[in-house]
Amino acid sequence: MLIKLTGGTVYDPASGIDGQVQTLYVQDGRFVKPPAEGVKIDKEYDLKDKVVMSGAIDMHTHIGGGKGNIARMLIPEDHRKDPVHRSDITRSGCGHAMPSTFTTGYRYAEMGYTAGFEPALLPINARQAHMEMADIPILDKGGYVMLGSDDYLLRMLTAKKDQKAINDYVAWTMNAAKAIGVKVVNPGGINAFKFNQRQLDLDEKNSHYQVTPREILQVLATAVKEIGVKHPLHVHGCNLGVPGNVETTLNTMQGIGGLPMHLTHIQFHSYGTEGDFKFSSGGAAIAEAINKHKNITADVGQILFGQTITASGDNMRQHANHGFANPNKWVCMDIECDAGCGVVPFKYRDQNFVNALQWAIGLEIFLLVDDPWRIFLTTDHPNGAPFTTYPHLIRLLMDKSFRNDMLATIHPEAQKMTTLASIDREYSLQEIAILTRAGAAKLVGLEDRGSLAEGAWADITVYTEDADREKMFEKPDYVFKDGELVVVDGKVVHTKWGTTHIVRPDWDISVEKDLQKYFDRFMTMKVGNFKISDDEITEDGRGSLTVHGLNHVT
Amino acid sequence: MIRALNILNKINKEQRVTEITEVPSPFCGIGTDDLTIQVDGLSLKVSENGCAVNTPAFEQAITDTSARVDGKEVDLEVAVARAAELLRASNQPVIGGCATDVNGMRGVMALADHCGAVVDNMNFTAARRNFLALQDTGWMNTTLAEIKNRCDLLLIVGVDLEGFAPRFFERYLWNKESMFLEDTSRREIVYIGKAPSAEASTSPAGVKAKVLPCDDQDLPEVMAVLRALVKGKKTVAENICGIALSDLQAVAEQLKAAKYSVVTWAAGALNFDQAELTVQMLSEMVKDINTMDTRSSGFPLGGKEGDQTANQVCGWTSAFPARARFSSGFPEYDPFLYDSSAMLANGEADILVWVQAFNAAFVPQKTDKPTIVVARSGMVFAKEPDVFIPVGTPGIDHAGHAYRLDNVVAIRLKKCRDSGLPSTAEVLNAIEQAL
Ligand SMILES: [Zn+2]
Repeated sequence: MLIKLTGGTVYDPASGIDGQVQTLYVQDGRFVKPPAEGVKIDKEYDLKDKVVMSGAIDMHTHIGGGKGNIARMLIPEDHRKDPVHRSDITRSGCGHAMPSTFTTGYRYAEMGYTAGFEPALLPINARQAHMEMADIPILDKGGYVMLGSDDYLLRMLTAKKDQKAINDYVAWTMNAAKAIGVKVVNPGGINAFKFNQRQLDLDEKNSHYQVTPREILQVLATAVKEIGVKHPLHVHGCNLGVPGNVETTLNTMQGIGGLPMHLTHIQFHSYGTEGDFKFSSGGAAIAEAINKHKNITADVGQILFGQTITASGDNMRQHANHGFANPNKWVCMDIECDAGCGVVPFKYRDQNFVNALQWAIGLEIFLLVDDPWRIFLTTDHPNGAPFTTYPHLIRLLMDKSFRNDMLATIHPEAQKMTTLASIDREYSLQEIAILTRAGAAKLVGLEDRGSLAEGAWADITVYTEDADREKMFEKPDYVFKDGELVVVDGKVVHTKWGTTHIVRPDWDISVEKDLQKYFDRFMTMKVGNFKISDDEITEDGRGSLTVHGLNHVT
Repeated sequence: MIRALNILNKINKEQRVTEITEVPSPFCGIGTDDLTIQVDGLSLKVSENGCAVNTPAFEQAITDTSARVDGKEVDLEVAVARAAELLRASNQPVIGGCATDVNGMRGVMALADHCGAVVDNMNFTAARRNFLALQDTGWMNTTLAEIKNRCDLLLIVGVDLEGFAPRFFERYLWNKESMFLEDTSRREIVYIGKAPSAEASTSPAGVKAKVLPCDDQDLPEVMAVLRALVKGKKTVAENICGIALSDLQAVAEQLKAAKYSVVTWAAGALNFDQAELTVQMLSEMVKDINTMDTRSSGFPLGGKEGDQTANQVCGWTSAFPARARFSSGFPEYDPFLYDSSAMLANGEADILVWVQAFNAAFVPQKTDKPTIVVARSGMVFAKEPDVFIPVGTPGIDHAGHAYRLDNVVAIRLKKCRDSGLPSTAEVLNAIEQAL
């Protein structure tokens, strides 16, 4: 089937196209050259005056894995407010803070998103994450495997194993868990919590292993680079949510010595201790540091006001924050000498000084980071807000007067503590396309996605220009996934299954000998049963694996 | 994995008997995956690492290979068509049992969504005691490997742990080596409530577990006092339901002195009214201990008859645990109202679909309503169901996934033999297609 998309205004930063009128052709799921004269066009869409972008990519969203399912189980009252009916082509479910998998897929697609990446694939829970994501329709998906609090790595560090051995272990784990990236959460801190440590600063030692977060970051960032994985080490830093953590975050950036590093939900790590409430914005300092360190990328983790639920691997910090649970119930887990999780419902309120300032800090960072290729649009769904708030967030970025109107409604002391009102920047459509498409595809290491160029997969979103950017982005005219029309006027009209994006870095076979011994001595399953096989993803006939290339390894 | 198995099959063609090692079990709930199984045609023998739960579950012979409608053997398609016809005629179907693998449970969810059924896992009334506590205040829990390597004090409340899982102590407490305990045989074991049925809890050094016995229905009072003692509250009674206060005080001190205590219970064994309050009491006590400069975790026992699998899959597809109704066109959860047994008994439901791929002993309840059974071969009925479709057992007849009791680890089930029996998922998907 040959599809012609005629005369749309195209924003394709990956190809350097910024608002030019173009006609696109799609065949067999991909963009193709204009056909020769006389070739029959099967279907034509007139996109005159429409905005055309590739499908959006959420590079950090909690859509698969155990802690998300605990979050679902914990808050039935939240689901009851947002029941989702089945239709002839869609499954029923629930929405709002932590939607069911089918609803997750539909609602992302209905906003023009065609891919989402689960950032916290615990190795031992990766199987579950993939099974959940296998039940998310339409979207492509993938995950970053979580290391850094696993006893195996910490034992290696204590035993002073060399970098090569760590590289092998990281590569082996990425293969076993079917990952496209590597994440570290509160480096070593989740582990330290099991030894009853309640905080762990960048240079503080794990009481058992005598290893510091800084050392963990260093070896993991090095491993990711040396095994050729394109997605830089994905870092949820120390001291999440702690006033004064801006110093830790700046120190983390400095200390990595130029290695590629992605700092996630950086808003939660950008707090100072000034002012009457001993809580202030570190937004400007963080943005300045990102501008200076070209090896650093970050996503914001914007908070937006309302009820949500926070689900994190960082059970040390989640436990410390359980007093804020709203409603007052929460779960923490220690997990399999591998990691942990903490799930705490949260209600961000615009009349709460801290929440209001968190809101402003996130926006400051968005607006003060110069390079749109190194900053990414996230709410750390569902931690800062559910992903369905993205159109609203885009309006805040693109519309200064709207932003200032909102600013005028938040806690008055918070207004005094932010420079937001003085920031004139408004994001352009091209910049939004970078944050949510081209930049995200590049950062994750996706080939042939996030672009409208010939040869790329035809994930396409078509919007109607509207000065109200929230309205514009919440209801695309059309969404195509792999060339198939899946959404019309913001409603799913057809569903399909996306692929799972992975990488397969090489490792030395000898690493498995040690792992087998370790599993037999200390773990609760055989190492052979731990590894996820390809057929686990593909055997149901719906799933598929897409293997992406690696950087050249010297 | 399947490929490797095929090769193994080929190699052993002449020898007839194939040996499969590192077989995971979906039956015991604790995810033992070190079984060795001899396969001789359709017959299986657990030759290594069996137990009273797993060995009979693996070795049970296939008896039914054909579907039946009204007691007569029919082709699978005929049975599927009849099941669809019965479901079309129904106003409120219930899908009970829900004891199957992940794909089977996906099939349950799709069918329920399509025909507006109630989904109700057979262990839900027991599991409800946990869910009510979870959804009211939450908990701090742990998993098996943490127990194996960290737990220095195990408090077992109201359950005979070795009766529940015969190899629990061997695998997770008396393991020779652990990463963080110098001598695993020095772990302390305390029972409150039910006493152990045998000697598995006696340490390799010969130290017997401390047992503070009381009646099940006294556990709420005993646990309330224990929590009070942990928190340093004064108690005037000298004797709590037959347990000396000083003995409970000693347990409270042990909990506070331990570096990583674990408190375990089985919702299914807490068979008294408002047992959810006892689960909550335990869970809140664990939270309290974590504010006293040490660590402690809860550990709910379950994972049998696919209960964790049912709750997980129902959880991600509907956002609710596995007692949900779909007749409004969207999922609704009520842990009391959508009890399928009660709904059948009081006439709210008009057809039962019983799914039990693991255990032929768990037959559907007696009802005068039409009954469709999708279950393990060998199920014997007091009253022949309208439709019976024997299915393969996950982890024996087909590959699949099942959840362990600790809710985090999904095990990859292997296919051990070629029985030709369809999987639960295949059958339920076919019925859904036929609707
Ligand atoms: Zn996150």
